[in-house]
Amino acid sequence: MKPAPFTYHRAETLAEAAEMAATLDNARLLSGGQSLMAMMNLRYVAVDHLIDLNPVAEIAGIAIDGGRVTLGAMTRQRAVLEDAALAACCPILREALGFVGHVQTRNRGTVGGSLAHLDPAAELPGLAALLEAEITLTGKDGARTLAMADFPQGYMTPDINPGEILTSLAFDLWPDGHGWDFREFAQRHGDFAMAGVGSLIALDAGGRIGRAAVVLIGVGDGPLRLRDVEDILTGEAPSDALFAAAAAMAAARPMSGDALVTETYRQHLSGVLVRRSLARACARATEAAHA
Amino acid sequence: MPDALPKRTITLTVNGKEHSAETEDRYSLADFLRHGLGLTGTHLGCEHGVCGACTVLVDGQAVRGCLMLAVQAEGRQVVTIEGLANEDGTLSPLQAAFMDNHGLQCGFCTPGILTTLTAYLRDHPNAGEPELREALSGNICRCTGYDTIVRAALAAARTIREGAKA
Repeated sequence: MKPAPFTYHRAETLAEAAEMAATLDNARLLSGGQSLMAMMNLRYVAVDHLIDLNPVAEIAGIAIDGGRVTLGAMTRQRAVLEDAALAACCPILREALGFVGHVQTRNRGTVGGSLAHLDPAAELPGLAALLEAEITLTGKDGARTLAMADFPQGYMTPDINPGEILTSLAFDLWPDGHGWDFREFAQRHGDFAMAGVGSLIALDAGGRIGRAAVVLIGVGDGPLRLRDVEDILTGEAPSDALFAAAAAMAAARPMSGDALVTETYRQHLSGVLVRRSLARACARATEAAHA
Repeated sequence: MPDALPKRTITLTVNGKEHSAETEDRYSLADFLRHGLGLTGTHLGCEHGVCGACTVLVDGQAVRGCLMLAVQAEGRQVVTIEGLANEDGTLSPLQAAFMDNHGLQCGFCTPGILTTLTAYLRDHPNAGEPELREALSGNICRCTGYDTIVRAALAAARTIREGAKA
């Protein structure tokens, strides 16, 4: 099983990669290759030119500055998982990245590659939606930044124009002491989730939920922010009854169904995961408030 | 098919020895190791990143040999199953533990498991069973049921903690 023939191009700088992306016909960008190479091996994807972004050091790295985090597109998933400073200020990243593939794929797989691939069950696009990240795309003639909410155009279809390169992801940190939880259900560890959920909770001074963000992955075309659930949580004191109401609301959403996982089962899983996730995130926020 | 498939010569270090060889642009690192260098210890199972049989170490990190191109290994240090034994030819503590604990049956998945665990135990010599099972989650074995593999890995971890090199 071999990819169809193509010509490999090694880009050393972003400018060089952008020039190649603008001029080569039927070209694809290669980041970690943990999805693209598999699709090429299976010949779902055939290209004439492959532009390797791996040597482009200027779009790799983690920066935390003034309450804002910027992740270069070529930052390895393992680097995000193992970064102690990120784990301290945004602990959901470490919890979620542990579900991304396996150690061998995280060693190569990148933040930008996962976002650009936009698998509906992928954790990184879900985190980007949860954290209301901004995505920067760079082309030969300049860069543009868009909100993660506007990035998915449909099933595995990101808003990336021909010749553009996804270069970074940036988001504002939640306040110190916020609660978090990420969990998913898959048949085996590291498999694509049948459903997954991420939650962030900030309590106000009175111990009520001041701010909530909840996202589902693996249930539709892309990450699904549960704005209606967030609305009923805000202003309320955490309680089992509240989590149950949130779960029922999440499970009532239309979801995707396929030969292996029916829509009804996904809805059931989503409800259970949302209930447990909110309970954990609220418990962590409460714990931090009493620490 | 085009007459001339895109090719180039790459130079890399494999198991401590420098090699220069020609490869098609589209060749995976695993295919290059097997067909270009004759190192057939690296096995290809699924060829789409799921089974883990092709795992090799690149600059010390475990990676899928089927999802990385040979041309991307230019200038890198690669270690395969052929490079795990001690210099005098005796088995590494991990290899010895697999032999002692019956950690393999047909052996097809074993090269990927040994490379994965070599890197993992180097970085996590205090790993217990839950951590080792998770570290092994990216390697599929259809013979053993994993219990003897985990037992071997725990035994190797003990040996390494007692001072042997992974």
